Parts: sequence; structure tokens; C-alpha cells
Amino acid sequence: MGGCVEFGWAWHAASMANPAPVTLVVGDEELLADRAVGSIVAAARADDPEAEVHDLLGAKVEPGELTRLSSPSLFGGRSVVVVRSAQDLSKDVIAEMVKYTAHPADDTVLVLAHPGGVKGKALVDGVKKAGAEVVTVAKPTKPGERLDFIKAEVRREGRTISPAAAQALLDAVGSDLRELAAACSQLAFDTPGKNIDEAAVARYHRGRAEVSGFTIADLAIEGRLGEALEQLRWALATGVAPVLIVSALAGGLRSLAKIGGAPRNLRGGQLASHVGMPPWKIDRVKRQLSGWGPEGISAAMQAVASADEQVKGGGTDPAYALEKTVQVIVASRTGR
Amino acid sequence: MSFFGDLVGQDRAVAVLQKAAAAAAEALAGGRGAGMTHAWLFTGPPGSGRSNAAKAFAASLLCPDQGCGHCDACHQVDVGSHPDVTWVRPEGLSYSARQTRELVLKGAGAPTLGRWRIMLFEDADRATEAAANALLKAIEEPPPRTVWLLCAPSPDDMIITIRSRCRVVTLSTPSTEAVAHVLATRDGVAPDMALFAARAAQGHIGRARRLALDEEVRRRREDVLSIPRSLSGVGDCITAAERLVKTSTEDADAATTALNEVETTELRKVYGEGSSGKGLNKGLVRGGAGALKELETMQKSRATRIKRDSLDIALLDLVAFYRDVLAVQFGARIELANEDRRHEVEALARSSTPEDTLRRTSAIMQCRERLAANVNPQIAVEAMTLALRTPTPA
Repeated sequence: MGGCVEFGWAWHAASMANPAPVTLVVGDEELLADRAVGSIVAAARADDPEAEVHDLLGAKVEPGELTRLSSPSLFGGRSVVVVRSAQDLSKDVIAEMVKYTAHPADDTVLVLAHPGGVKGKALVDGVKKAGAEVVTVAKPTKPGERLDFIKAEVRREGRTISPAAAQALLDAVGSDLRELAAACSQLAFDTPGKNIDEAAVARYHRGRAEVSGFTIADLAIEGRLGEALEQLRWALATGVAPVLIVSALAGGLRSLAKIGGAPRNLRGGQLASHVGMPPWKIDRVKRQLSGWGPEGISAAMQAVASADEQVKGGGTDPAYALEKTVQVIVASRTGR
Repeated sequence: MSFFGDLVGQDRAVAVLQKAAAAAAEALAGGRGAGMTHAWLFTGPPGSGRSNAAKAFAASLLCPDQGCGHCDACHQVDVGSHPDVTWVRPEGLSYSARQTRELVLKGAGAPTLGRWRIMLFEDADRATEAAANALLKAIEEPPPRTVWLLCAPSPDDMIITIRSRCRVVTLSTPSTEAVAHVLATRDGVAPDMALFAARAAQGHIGRARRLALDEEVRRRREDVLSIPRSLSGVGDCITAAERLVKTSTEDADAATTALNEVETTELRKVYGEGSSGKGLNKGLVRGGAGALKELETMQKSRATRIKRDSLDIALLDLVAFYRDVLAVQFGARIELANEDRRHEVEALARSSTPEDTLRRTSAIMQCRERLAANVNPQIAVEAMTLALRTPTPA
């Protein structure tokens, strides 16, 4: 007894014809965990359409409740007990769950969803040992994995998506899997034809969901005012903290000052160790440095310092402070 | 009267306090006690000895001879072990309302030894507004034998409702001679060094002492004062700022690392770690994790404060330098804080205008304000060093 399944996004309910009596779903990616739970419930329902489903929250499960729900009912029929946020289960209930797992009832399917982590770890360890089926949902962390997720989502709908379109969708929607999944199914529904291409994505999605402060800093330092302001607005609208934007601006200007102020006879590795920056970054900053003079850098950094003060409560509107700072930075470029 | 003797150059304040102590003794004996009051606010520039003045007053209230300096009561007040003196020293960035309420409760008790219960609140300006409000009732109508002694740099640092409930004792900045004299007589510092330290510290007795006794502190000051000269390009400004911030971080680390560890181990022990015996588990008992987190927050706030204080000392040294430059530019006949660097001061005075100097001074003051407003220290100090820069003639 007791297997371990790695739950990816290519995994389907059909792959689980006969659900194990006790399944533990571990992982903090909500959508994937939900789907894993859902597929087990669906499988149980497929076995017996009359099965009764009890959906419980960990914090509200009382001692004895599991025994009550899993005992055979007068009218027969199976039951499915789902416990979400199982990390909140109380100590006694955890002991009960572990005991139950060792001797599960015949007509009951128990599903425990645990986000992982230290809280309620006794449950994970205990149930595993007692022989529960363990399903691990892994959160995709790399951009490549998110692209694979998009492709798999589209394939679920029986469609295909071109790599460029997938990338465009990822840029526009962001990294939240639930939103990506919703966007994929919406696109599949709205788009005629088998393949979803870039034009189809562009028709419904535009812009970028996630802009980092560094993008804004680079644009501002390179003097691209319009784009910088546009990206700044995007960043603020998607909830990037103003403080992070300020520190990115300060970081960009600081690099300019360091490279600009370094002795001219330093080259390559020497320069890199003098200013403490990797060589690829030095090349980039050197390109940005054209159009900047010491007075300009000085004025821009003053603006950034006052922006930091403003976003930390010295001013009323962080967005205004940031916009003004970006403008001052761009305007300072011409300074000697 | 050895306690009051330690207060350098504060004759006026000492007279007031001695009179009050005498009145207090009269009140204890059943007299009218006119001239004594239940809430005092000690104000004066940093280093003028606010907390020492408060301590001396506390001793003179608790000592049967009004601060003889050698009886048990005086000794206990001096080392901080007197049962009737509650000594509050906020270590973090601010003092919360919750802490203040606990304090108020303590202040409501009767004195143990029968004279006065003294609540000595150092750095009362660290109290948040809510905390100050929690204090109002307590200092307005304390129990008959409770005396509140608050210390703050200036009356303006306390909210008006607190100020109006306190009698203010203003301490002045002691003169260079007075500070040098104390250093020479009390700490046995050589006269030359005492004079240098007293000038450089500008009346801050504690700082003068550290300057006179600690080689490292003097070296640090040299480092800071070499900054104005080094700022020619923007790159130099960034480097100087980086060094200033790094030094202050190191200060904070040095002061807190060992202390933090001890505190954490102690707290873990309190919550049952390492205990053995029947019925005990090895880990922390319930509530331990929360208490540890609270301790961590306190420690972080303390580290930030030490970092800021250390940066502030450097900034004040810089301000003193530019003040000297301005004095030379205007031909004012006052003694320079940086007499040892007269050469540099005069050079800078010749090569810049008074406007430049004032602009630079206000850049430093602005940096101090920004640090207090929680601006990222590196950004604030960079902006300052850039403003201090001597533009290379084009």
C-alpha cells in the first residue's frame, strides 16, 4: 500500500480509475491541489454516482466527526470526505486521521489537502506512514515550466498554441496559475480553429502583467520617458511596491555613478572588481552612460532620495512621487 | 552633594532641583512642601546629562540627606538597583502604548521604602503618540508619593498635553572648559587630549569621554572628517556613502549579535527548551514561537536604532566641520570644534562661498530628517554626499 504520485499539469482524472481509500495531497499551489482533489472526487463519483461528498475545512473538523462520516449509512452508498487546509486540524483529530488511515472504512474515500510546511506536519508524517496515497503538487517556478503549463492547459481543451503566443500570454497574464488556466480556457472557447496564434492572444490580452522596477529604471536612465512612464503605471497597477521601484531607480543611478567615476585606465576584470559588478552589467551601464554627466547623476539621485521619503509616508501619493522622479531622471540626462 | 557635583556646568538647574529636593523632604516631614511637584521634564541637547540630572534628582529625593552620595539609597540609585526607582530606557525605535500602560500600572504603587516612588523615563521622546496619551492621566494625578521624571532633547519633542503637565528643567550645553575639566579630573585624561575631545564633542560629555579614551572612536572621526575632502567625482560620493552606511551597520552588528544570542537562548530556556524530566517535551511549550517572534522584532528595532544613532554621530561631526568653515568664512571669533583641522577648514572656506556651506549644512540636516523618516540609509546618505560634492571647475 501507499504510493507516491508527482502531480503535474498533464495529469488527468482518467488516470485514477479507482481512488485509494486515503489520499494526501501535499503542495501549496492552490489550483493544482484543487484539481488533484477534484479528480479524486470525480473518480469516486464515477464509481458510484450516488456517493455523498462531505467538504470540510481543517479548522472546523471536530473529534469524532470522521468516524461519524465514515461509518456505513443506513441507506448504503459510498461517501467521500474531503478535508481542506488539513494543517489546521487539531492534535486529537490528527491522531484520529492517522488511526483511520491504518484501517480505512470500506465505503469511504478520504482526501486530505495539506499545503506542506511545518504546521500540522504530524498529519503528513503519520498518514504517510500509515499507508496513504500521497500526491505531491509542485509549483512551477521557472518561466519554462509556466510555458509548459500553458501548453498543457491548451492541450486539455484539445487545441494547440504556438510558442510565441504562449509567451505573449504569459507576459500579459502573469504567473498566477489560476489566472493562466482561466485565460487558456477562455482563449480556447473564443478562438476558432485548432491552433491559437499570437494574433488571437493579442486580440484579448495586451500589455504586461508583471513589470519589475529594473525595467523602469533602465528605460528612465536610457531616456525613454514615454515607455518608462507606461511601464511604471503597469507596475503600480499590478501591485509592485513603490519602495522596490525607488530602490531599483537608485540602483541604476548608483551603477552609473560608479562606472562613470571609476578611473579611466581600468579595463575589463580590473574595472569589474573595482566597482563590484559583473562584466555583462558593466557593458550595459557603459552604454547607458552616454548622455549622462556628473551634475545630471547628482540631480537624479537627489530626486530619488526625495521619492523614497515620499513613498514612505512623507508625501500623499506615491504614484505621483514616482512619476515625477522618472521625469526628473529623464530630464537630468542632458545635464553635462 | 556629590551627585549634583557631577552635573557639569548646570548651576541653574541644580539650584532648582536642590530647592525641590528640600521641599520634598519638608513634605515628607508633614510640611507644605511648596516647590516640589510630581512631574518633571528634563530637557537639553544630547550629552548635556539629562538622565544624569534626573538620576541626581532621584537620589536627592530618596536619600535622607538629599543626595549625600555615600549612603545606601544614593548608592542604589547610582547603580540602578533601588527598589523605588523604575528606570525606563527604550531600546528600540519607539516606545509603545502597551509598554506605557504597564509602566503606568507600576507607577500606581506606593513606595517600598517609604519616601518616593520614582518613574525615570529616559528618551521619553521615543514614546509614540498613543503611548504619550496613555501616560497623560498618570502624570497628571499620580498617587501622592509618585514622581515622574521624563527626559527629552527639547520640550517640543513631547506632545503639548504632556508638556503642560510637567515642570521643565532646561539643561544647557556645558562649555568646552567645563567638559575638559571633568575629563581631566574624573577620568584622568591628559589636558591636551581632554581639550581636543571636549572641543570635538561640542559639549556632549559622553561623546567627549569616548573620544578621549577610545582610539577607535577617534579614528572613526578622522575617517568621517576626511570625507569632505574626498568628494570630487560622483563615484567618490557613492563610495563615501557606502562606507558610512557599512560602518554603521557593522556598529549595529557588533553591538547586537552577542546580546541577541544571549536573549534568544534565555527566552528559549524560559519556554522549556532543554528541560528534562517526566511530562516535558524537548521543544518549546505553547506560546514559545510567538514570544520568540516578538523578541526578534524588538531586536531588529534595536539594531536599526543603533545603526541610525551611529550614522547620526557621523553626520553631526560633518555638520560641525561645515559650521567651522562657515565661522571662518564670516570671520566669527569663536573657537572651532575642529581646531585640529584648522588648515583644511580654512582651505575650504577660501575655495567656497558661505552660500555653498549653508547649502551643504542643510543637505546634512535633510539627510538626518530622512533617516528619521525611515528612508533607505544608503539612498539618503548618497543624496547627501552628492550635495556635499565640490563641483570640479568646468
